[in-house]
Amino acid sequence: MPFGLLKYGLSSRYPAEVDIPPPKALKSSYDVVIIGGGGHGLAIAYYLAKYHGITDVAVLEKAYLGGGNTARNTAVIRSNYLTSEGVRFYSESVRLFQQLSNEFDFNIMYSERGQLTLAHTDGAVRAFRQRAEVNKHFGGRTEMIDRQQIRELVPTLNLDPGHLPVLAGLWHRDGATARHDAVAWGYAKEAAKRGVEIHQLTSVEDVVIENGRLTGVKTNRGAIRCGCAIQAVAGHSSTMARKAGFRLPVVSYPLQAMVTQPVKPFLDPLVSSSALHCYVQQTSRGEVVFGGGSDPYPLYNTRSTLDLKESLITSGIEMFPFLAKAKLMRQWAGITDMTPDYSPIMGASPVQNYYLDAGWGTWGFKATPICGKTMAELIATGKTPELIAPFCLERFDHFRQINEMGATAASH
Amino acid sequence: MKLMHCPLNGPRNISEFIYGGELKEMPSPESCSDREWADYVFYSDNTAGVVTEWWMHVASSYWFLAERHTVTDEVLRTFDPKEIFTHRVTFTATEARP
Repeated sequence: MPFGLLKYGLSSRYPAEVDIPPPKALKSSYDVVIIGGGGHGLAIAYYLAKYHGITDVAVLEKAYLGGGNTARNTAVIRSNYLTSEGVRFYSESVRLFQQLSNEFDFNIMYSERGQLTLAHTDGAVRAFRQRAEVNKHFGGRTEMIDRQQIRELVPTLNLDPGHLPVLAGLWHRDGATARHDAVAWGYAKEAAKRGVEIHQLTSVEDVVIENGRLTGVKTNRGAIRCGCAIQAVAGHSSTMARKAGFRLPVVSYPLQAMVTQPVKPFLDPLVSSSALHCYVQQTSRGEVVFGGGSDPYPLYNTRSTLDLKESLITSGIEMFPFLAKAKLMRQWAGITDMTPDYSPIMGASPVQNYYLDAGWGTWGFKATPICGKTMAELIATGKTPELIAPFCLERFDHFRQINEMGATAASH
Repeated sequence: MKLMHCPLNGPRNISEFIYGGELKEMPSPESCSDREWADYVFYSDNTAGVVTEWWMHVASSYWFLAERHTVTDEVLRTFDPKEIFTHRVTFTATEARP
């Protein structure tokens, strides 16, 4: 047996598979430069290559692939938003997610657990009824359920936390989770296979604009000319936009989350509470994720604070009191680019040939496939797909916001 | 807990304060364009570095200004707004447009 292993180790067919080719020198020019190698940037590259035959593409990532908010979100996939624009967009994303493992021939561990949101007030019940109807209208599976049904679904849940008894629940069967790193790597592998160049440790220091048109970018590894560029840099959206000479309706806040040590499986659905400002889910490894506390003031820093941990855990153990005995294992934060209406900004920017994939706040991961697909279509055809037209930057100039504040589960 | 130095009340826990946004000049609502007004209410510098911004001590409803580094999370200086606002601003009420 050891000889067999040695023979395999020395064979020219080893290693069997390369995920992405080793780094090489930057070319002097590309058709498309994508700034940011997270899930979004890599998805755009993949769909450009797959559907539009555009493979002269460079994805520039200042650190390592998928190491920003792609790795820091809590991997919730759902489409039970409030506005018709939002629900249509996110529903399409859920549909793409469902096929992604087959499409990549790589398991992203998509797991359709369903998502349960708890209402503790009459106002929340009314808002949930509206969300259920809007979601159903656009083909989603969402319904209102009562206390008895909630008890059957999640027997370990405390239905009478403190002064906030649970009145009803919004049960979203399409709610799911997936391995976020696998999503980024799936896109990266498939894009690289089609000829897209992925450059890590390559930061964009400036953009070159001539007569209002973007013609290239300057990186720490030299200048590149390009036909067009897209910024997909999440929390650093404003900083990147400033290099291109404009401001965004974005403020960057850290979002903190944490997981406990692994415990026996007890929780199948993703559970979130509208009033306790907390969402809880158990990963396939058994760890319990407590999600989503935004810092109370803007910051470009991914430190964790005890204050936020205390407030999140207080809510978490109101919902699942026995978790008070669990020990925390990891904590982290990501810098989220929050917009005033809690909806993203996609499409053209004030600079020609420069596109925006920004304002993803706390809702970016779930939109990775559809954002990549529609942005690729925009770049390839020059026409804004109908699905993302309402999310343009100019909506703020015309006071046409798409208010999703109540339907984002994180506390703000 | 992190402390913030309130110009009126001295050092207090930062949870006693709320953040009130970047210090920026308001265009005249009477004469500015919709675009200028949108810029004022929605857009933001969102600087990674030293910023000047509004804060309020909630218990005393006292508004003041702070200079803060948004990367290192250090509050560098807090001061009373009268350092900058030396004149009283009077808002003139106008007839609502029909």
